[in-house]
Amino acid sequence: MRTERGPGARAGRAAALMAAVLSAAALAPGAPAAEEGAGSAEGAGKLGADWQSWQADNDVSDMASLQRGARNFVSYCLGCHSLKYERWSRLGQDLAIPGQLLQQDLMPPGEQPTQYILTSMPAADAQNWFGKTPPDLALMARARGGDHIYQLFKTYYVDPSRPTGANNLREPNIAMPHVLSELEGLKRAVFRDVVVHGEGGQDTHEPVFDHFEQIAPGRLSAAEYDGFVRDTVNFLDYVSEPTQAARRALGIWVVLFLLVFSWLAWLVKREYWKDVH
Amino acid sequence: MAVKTATGAPARLPAGAAPGRGGLWAWLNKRLPIDKFLVEQVTEYYAPKNFNIWYFFGSLALLVLALQLVTGIFLTMFYKPGELTSFDSVEFIMREVDYGWLIRYLHSTGASAFFIVVYLHMFRALLYGSYKAPRELLWLIGMLVYLALMAEAFMGYVLPWGNMSFWGAQVIVNLFGTIPGIGGPLVEWIRGDYGIADATLNRFFSLHVAAIPLALLLLVVLHLVALHESGSNNPDGIEIKEKLGPDGKPLDGVPFHPYYTVKDMVGVGVFLVLFALVVFFKPTLGGLFLETPNFEPANPISTPEHITPAWYFTPYYAILRAVPDQRMGALLMLLSLVSFFFLPWLDRSPVKSMRYRGWISRTALALFAASFVLLGYLGLQPATGAYVVLARISTVVYFAFFWLMPFYTLIDPVKPVPERVTYHAH
Repeated sequence: MRTERGPGARAGRAAALMAAVLSAAALAPGAPAAEEGAGSAEGAGKLGADWQSWQADNDVSDMASLQRGARNFVSYCLGCHSLKYERWSRLGQDLAIPGQLLQQDLMPPGEQPTQYILTSMPAADAQNWFGKTPPDLALMARARGGDHIYQLFKTYYVDPSRPTGANNLREPNIAMPHVLSELEGLKRAVFRDVVVHGEGGQDTHEPVFDHFEQIAPGRLSAAEYDGFVRDTVNFLDYVSEPTQAARRALGIWVVLFLLVFSWLAWLVKREYWKDVH
Repeated sequence: MAVKTATGAPARLPAGAAPGRGGLWAWLNKRLPIDKFLVEQVTEYYAPKNFNIWYFFGSLALLVLALQLVTGIFLTMFYKPGELTSFDSVEFIMREVDYGWLIRYLHSTGASAFFIVVYLHMFRALLYGSYKAPRELLWLIGMLVYLALMAEAFMGYVLPWGNMSFWGAQVIVNLFGTIPGIGGPLVEWIRGDYGIADATLNRFFSLHVAAIPLALLLLVVLHLVALHESGSNNPDGIEIKEKLGPDGKPLDGVPFHPYYTVKDMVGVGVFLVLFALVVFFKPTLGGLFLETPNFEPANPISTPEHITPAWYFTPYYAILRAVPDQRMGALLMLLSLVSFFFLPWLDRSPVKSMRYRGWISRTALALFAASFVLLGYLGLQPATGAYVVLARISTVVYFAFFWLMPFYTLIDPVKPVPERVTYHAH
């Protein structure tokens, strides 16, 4: 690894996290071994069998959730990802975070509030480490949708064949490691063998995802992790269109005005057309 | 002022004769025929009194045109055409320009609203035979407006330089490559490069903000002049100029102002309520008005999952894809647009309005409208399996409407047309 330039603490943290995930993956059993380990949370249904229907169900008017999401982003995403269209000051203003708190707890030391929220990880290093530069996240929630991101963070599983030790159902063979594994713990994906009838009469066997098994607990409970992901998605939703709250608030008045206008216009029309027989 | 016309509407004195209009106004009118124009084109322009809901869409199209021009001017103040600047400048408008998000959404929603309004306006013409003599030229100019609008919308769609902008431009510009002989060099000439690139973006910007709007405005003025020359058609398809009262005014007409100005205001109000609901609460309309892949910058090495043009082009796109051979598909697509131009001469019915036409014409129009909507839907779906079969059936129906028209309109059992328009006072 090359020496880091400037405030490289974040890059270092990301790298350390990656190493942690790698080691965790190496320890994880590949065969169905620790099935009884943390499987108590599964309940009646199979964990994750319906993952494609999971919805983020976030609410961008929930200010506390957005603030937690901003905290989550700075702690777990900013190491690699930027929000290149959002300024720190805008974030503070929109999320009602006082200037001092913003500078102390969220902004990297030495940055100005008017600066855009940019990662300190050099793109060239990112290319070396992950094989691709982590994408900017300012518009990700609009480009992929909040549900997509929500499903992404809930369908990571241990896969020793991947360089990061982790794979994903939402985005198979994703380059990004499971950076939230310390929170969620580790899951194993159980696939069942499905026979596909080929056109030439040959049957092929394809693994189809069946369910997850929790093989190591994280720092958060399942419900807490769910909230953590939801807050983060909520924050990304806000960042993808920071004006959306103002848009809806103004819209109510505009529509009310136009309804009154239409009604008055109709009264005027009726009055004039009384003359026409 | 108690003079009443045959319609019961109070007669209006020519504005020039109004007392107390001296000074600056008189000075102006001696040099510029403002009053004369207003009298001839507005206060003494007689429109049939039996207009129904279908007659709102002409004035609404004018409203949307004005909206697009004004919002476009403001967007141009901040938009920066260029491979490296377009996408960022649009996001800058959305986030950092005061009310930039509103201007942008008004413009993007306005583009779709323009087509909705124009399609309904055109359907009205089909419904009441508004393209028939003496309004053939009015129809042809209207079709030119429609073509200019398509060019304007296509180029505007490329400007945000999102990934769908890029790939949509790629697909549509490549259609010119199917022209035998000159196709290849022509595509290169249009693009100004070997691929859709900075040069393409900048010339599309120039055409979108200057050339085509000028053409569009000129055509719209001609459309209105032609309309006022022959006068408006109406749901009964009767020429109101043929039944004049003793005062020489059409018996079934009312002055455009104030009757239709106040009536159109109601249409404007209702339209704007719906428009505002989209702008403020659903600006992307689930990816129809603003496509999801366009929130990612143009990327020549990453194709979106399904490349589809904007929804208002999808009927033609479905016709293009319904044909296995690309060149034939492009030809058929061109023909599907050109067919509209022949409508006044394909229709041999003695009657204008569907109210007095028989079941054959009515069924043909209903099938055509259904096939157009279905093609629009199919153009948004992947071109596979049953979708292709449906697109082929719809394409046949689409063309049958036009090219069998000389035959079915002749044998269609029409009803007698009344002498005067049907109008029930409200």
